Amino acid sequence: MADTVQTLIKMAAKRYNADPAKLRPEDDMFERLGIDSFQAVELISDLESEFDIELPDYELQGVKTFAALAQKIDKRR
Amino acid sequence: MIDWTFQDGVYELALGAPPCNEIGTRMLDALERFLAQVDPAAHTLIIHSTQRGGFCAGADLRELYQGLCDTPAEQHGARVGEFIDRIHRVMDALDMLPLTTIGVVHGVCFGGGFELALTCDVLIAEKSARFCFPELRLGIVPGFGGIPRLRRDVGNALIRDLLLSGRSVGAKKALAVGLVSQMVIAGEGLTAARSLAAQSGKFDDHARRAAKAFIKYLPSEELARERALFVELAQRPALLAALKRFVESTDLRPYLA
Repeated sequence: MADTVQTLIKMAAKRYNADPAKLRPEDDMFERLGIDSFQAVELISDLESEFDIELPDYELQGVKTFAALAQKIDKRR
Repeated sequence: MIDWTFQDGVYELALGAPPCNEIGTRMLDALERFLAQVDPAAHTLIIHSTQRGGFCAGADLRELYQGLCDTPAEQHGARVGEFIDRIHRVMDALDMLPLTTIGVVHGVCFGGGFELALTCDVLIAEKSARFCFPELRLGIVPGFGGIPRLRRDVGNALIRDLLLSGRSVGAKKALAVGLVSQMVIAGEGLTAARSLAAQSGKFDDHARRAAKAFIKYLPSEELARERALFVELAQRPALLAALKRFVESTDLRPYLA
């Protein structure tokens, strides 16, 4: 779980030009990274590719933080 | 809205309506204009999007909502039916063009946009591409011919998953199940399509057209059933209520609702 969160933060920081040191697992990633609706769709593809999983959108309803997303990812690995 | 070029037998049709090529009456007008002038000497059509967000986000739901609000409830069925008939004529014409048609998909390819892509003979997906039928969220089924066309191409398990869950699938999965036949990295889709178009242009014209006619048929009966179901569902108050929620939503991911 801790590894997944860190990988996720590093990946998101690189993708959206943010400083990974300033991102926390409990942060609202959409707010912190300024992701728009199209980027939110792209993000799912990035996650599937990075973690080699399939991530149905409906499992991401209400997921906002890096930690919550990492939990969803781990359940699919 | 849309632009096209024609060179060396190849049409390149660029969808360029912000935010993401939503299909409403203006897009339909433009597609009809394109179809009316297709040169019989052409051998390939490439359809791609110039919009950052993706290939096409589907039907113009804001226009649909406004149109239904402006129409007495007892006329909703007739109004939706007219629009769907027009859409079907355009989609069927694209589907059956005697050219090799190549769709280049990146980013969002949702609902009516997915259905437009499914008219193409060959789909090339950039890795960012995501395919989705979100229609059940609106209380309707896909109405632009998507399910019969998808059924022509892939297995029922995936169709049911996409239709009944409304989830999206990425390029890798799309390639694995045969929904797309080529996957390329970001920004390389159009180059790959041009390369395929150049190859297609080398073949004998008559044989190439005959090959397409042999392998690709119009699923007319299923399309008619889909149209009837769509019009029936679209007349229910559930659609108007769902469209209102969508139009008023500030959710970053309204397709997840």
